Order: sequence, then structure tokens, then C-alpha cells
Amino acid sequence: MTGLQKSTGRKLGLVIDLDTCVGCQACVTSCKEWNTGGHMAPLTDIDPYGEAPDGVWFNRVHTYEQEVETGPGTNRGTGTGTGSRTVHFPRSCLHCDEPACVTVCPTGASYKRASDGIVLVDEDKCIGCKLCSWACPYGAREYDTEVGVMKKCTLCVDRIYNDNLPEADRVPACVASCPVGARHFGDLGDETSPVSQLVAARGGVDLMPELGYRPVNKYLPPRERHADAGAAPLEPVGGEGGFFAWVDRMLSR
Amino acid sequence: MHPAISVIFFTTASGAGYGLLALTGIGLALGLVPADRLFGLIALGLALTLVTAGLLASTLHLGHPERAWRAFSQWRSSWLSREGVASVLTYVPAAVFAAGWVLFGRTGSMIVLAGLLAALGALVTVYTTSMIYASLRTIPEWANGYTTPVYLLLAAMSGAVLLNAVAAMFGGEPVVGWVAAALLAAGWALKLAAWRANDTRAPPVTAGRATGLGDGAVRSIEWPHTAENYVLKEMGYRVARKHARQLRRIAWICAFAVPLALVLVSLAAGGAAAIAAASAACVFAGLGLVVERWLFFAEARHVAALYYRPAV
Repeated sequence: MTGLQKSTGRKLGLVIDLDTCVGCQACVTSCKEWNTGGHMAPLTDIDPYGEAPDGVWFNRVHTYEQEVETGPGTNRGTGTGTGSRTVHFPRSCLHCDEPACVTVCPTGASYKRASDGIVLVDEDKCIGCKLCSWACPYGAREYDTEVGVMKKCTLCVDRIYNDNLPEADRVPACVASCPVGARHFGDLGDETSPVSQLVAARGGVDLMPELGYRPVNKYLPPRERHADAGAAPLEPVGGEGGFFAWVDRMLSR
Repeated sequence: MHPAISVIFFTTASGAGYGLLALTGIGLALGLVPADRLFGLIALGLALTLVTAGLLASTLHLGHPERAWRAFSQWRSSWLSREGVASVLTYVPAAVFAAGWVLFGRTGSMIVLAGLLAALGALVTVYTTSMIYASLRTIPEWANGYTTPVYLLLAAMSGAVLLNAVAAMFGGEPVVGWVAAALLAAGWALKLAAWRANDTRAPPVTAGRATGLGDGAVRSIEWPHTAENYVLKEMGYRVARKHARQLRRIAWICAFAVPLALVLVSLAAGGAAAIAAASAACVFAGLGLVVERWLFFAEARHVAALYYRPAV
């Protein structure tokens, strides 16, 4: 059924810290590695070593440059004006509370689980009409041309409930592999959960909230830099007299 | 958005077919078309052929056409499913209408009622088609008040142009010709207004909102992939602005201006000249509407492309 429940009990999802993400792509490759043998397997690659490699990925890390204010209170130069910062941005399914990708599905292949809010595709029902990917504002769904069905992030549903794994490993592959701890997994429906407290403490945001999809995953914006961050500017050395001026004269001959 | 040929053919062909089916049903009820069995055969044969060819074409872009029957199940939430249900249900009165009129030569009240029900089914089906697009908040060029009126009007318009050509073979029906001319003029005005609205609409959301980074221009400096991917190919499709301008001109000339002139010629002329003009109007309208529908997809910009700005 593509109808939605009033509210799912738990809202499992990710909190992604744009302040600490270094854009190393470890989450991307570990996601691919796990999921190409997981619930939505395979994550088909077409022409992987050829001229135009293509394939299905659930997680993509973009890099952006953003114009930001510079000046006192920042470490981006001493004058006021416009500078820029670089932000690495992982993009994957946000397991929305109002997933139009589910409601537009004509077959019932797309569904949102009542128990934990995870949005999944039943590959045996999917007719490959692609309408769900059109309905997703985040570009999270990718069509597998070889299998003829739509694929998407499963929040590693086959890891997080997997009794065969040590308890510490029962998190999505992207979270387990992040070397800087920029990805957090938990219940965002529970205000007391560590992830909810992290979102509250860091002012976590929804992506494109105006579209009304009510994404479960949250993003933590980059922190403001402090004026005393980094080394103090270098002072010019030398001048008219003194030892360094003498060295400068000697070397300039 | 990537313009899939099968979907373009489906929406134009089945749109014209449903328009012709609806106007034939209404025309017979009002006594505006001849109750001749041959007229019924040509008009309804053409309508149902276009509808069926379009519906079959629409399954061609599916990854698993053999599972298409599953698409009838989620009509509670999905406009695509509703379209499937409406299109199949419309065959019931349409079959009664066509069989009664053409096979049994009946045009009594029951057959007229079946024709009107087929017209209602055609209207509902085209409406559901339009709502598939109009309900996608991710595509501002589609999620606006123009999409549904354009789909309904252009379906009625192309159906009227076809009906005028069939009527011309039977000596011409001035009312049908004038209806076609009026719908061509109305479709022309509405489509120009829809294009203008798309050109002046402010983007609903920025890259700063898409990334959660907020104020301050956000620019993509590194893609997450070295070649194209599904999102870019499907949602990042862009048509060059100068090409779009030329294609719009071709669309309005072929879809509206030339057919309008030819329909007026068919009204003024008689005999073979009227048949030739009315038939040529169908050819031009068909070509023009294919270009119009191609642009409907190619000019639509999905918000997911924001993640690739400014390159896409």
C-alpha cells in the first residue's frame, strides 16, 4: 500500500555533519560494497572501466563552494567582504515523513515501513516507471537499467537488525565507515535520543523544507569560524637595519 | 526532464484519441455528426486506435512491462494508477458505444448514453494524466495551474481537428469545424500563456536550501561522479535556450496557426479541397503537438538539478 500511516513509531535516519565531513568518499564506497550484496542487490555498474562508466549508487558526496561573509569573528581574512568556504555534502535518501516517491507509486512497490519509517522498494513489484524518482526532490533514487527496477538507500536495513553482526556494527555501512564521525544514525522520532539532541544542539536543518516532504535525515551546518582559529598573520621581517637586513643585502648581491 | 519518446507519443496520441472519442460521443448526442455507421466506424475506429496505440506505447518505457497490471492497484494515492484504472474503465462504455453504433447500427438513447459515458471517461482519463505531472512539486514547470487545462484543451483540440477531417469526408459539418477553430484559438492562447508563466516564474528553491547551507551563493565545484549518472540524465536534461525558442515557434505554428488556417479553409471550401485541408490540419496539429509535448518535458527543470548548479 502506498498510502501513508499517520505517524511511524520510530523515525530511523541519519544526521550528517557538514562541518566535519572531509569528502573522502569512504561512505560512498562502503555503501556500494555492502549494498551490492544486500537487500537491493545488485548495484549494477555499466562499463565501469570504460569511457563512460555508469551505475547505481545510494550515496553521493558533492563538493560545493559557498560565498560567506568575511571579517571580524571569522578566520577568512582580516578585511570585511566576501570570501568562500568549501563544503562536502553527502546526498542520499532522507527517508521522508511525507515521501511523495511512495504515494505516486502505481504498484505499491515503494513503501514506508510503519515500524521505523524506512522507505524501501519491493523489487518484485516495481515496474520501472521511474515516476518515484521524478517525485523525489533530492535525487535519491537511481534506476537500474539492467534489472529494470528503481533502487534506493535501504538505511542498511539488513545491517541494523542483523543479529549475525556484533552489536557495534548494527549501523548503516556509511556510518560505520566514516573516519571523522560525520555521520550519525539513530531514532529521530525520539527527542531524547543522542541524534535528536545533536540536531537540537547544533541547529540541524531539513533540506528544502518548503517542498513539504518533511525529511527525517538532518544536516548539521558548518560551524562559524572563530577569529582566533589558526595561526596569527606573519609579521614582515627585516627593514632598514639589523641582522636580517644585513643578510638580505648579502644575499641580494 | 528527459523527454522519453514513448511518453510523448502516448500523451499526444491518446490525448487526441480521447478528444475524438469524447467529441464524437457528444456530437452524436447533440445531432452534430451524421448517425451514419461508416462515420461511426471511421471516427471511433480512429479514436480507439489512437487511444490503444498510446496506451501500449506508454508501457514501452517500463523496466518490466509484464508487471504493468500491478499499476491498477494503488489508485487511492497514485495519479498514475488512477490513469490506468480510468483508461481501462473508459473502454467499457466506448466498446458499447462503438459496437452498438457500428456493428448493430443503433443510435438510440442507450447508445447515446454510452457515448456520453465514454466522453466522461475520456475527460477523466486525460485529467488523471495531467495530474501525474501537475502533482509533482519537484518540477515547477508542471506543478502549476496551467498543466491540467493545457492537457484537457489540447486533447479536445486535437480530437476536434480529427473529427472535422472525418466530417469533411461526409460533406462537412460547419459546427464541428467552428468548434475545432475555436479550440485551436483557445489552445494557442493558453499554451502561449503557459510558456510565458514558465519564463517568468521565480525558482521555488535555491541550491542553498537544497544543501541546507542557507544564505550565500552555493556553487558545485566537484561532482560525485566522473561521468553522467541517472539523476543527471533523467532530471538534469537541458535544452539550449536558442533551440527552445525555435522549437516553441515550430510548435505554435504547426500545432495551432497552420491547423487553424486549414480548418477555416475546410469550412469555406467544399468537396475534395475541404477534405484535403481538414486532413492536412490533422498532420500539422499532430507534428506540432509532438514538438509541444517534447518541450513540455525538455523545458521542465527538476529541483534535484540544483545539486549540480551552476553546471546543469
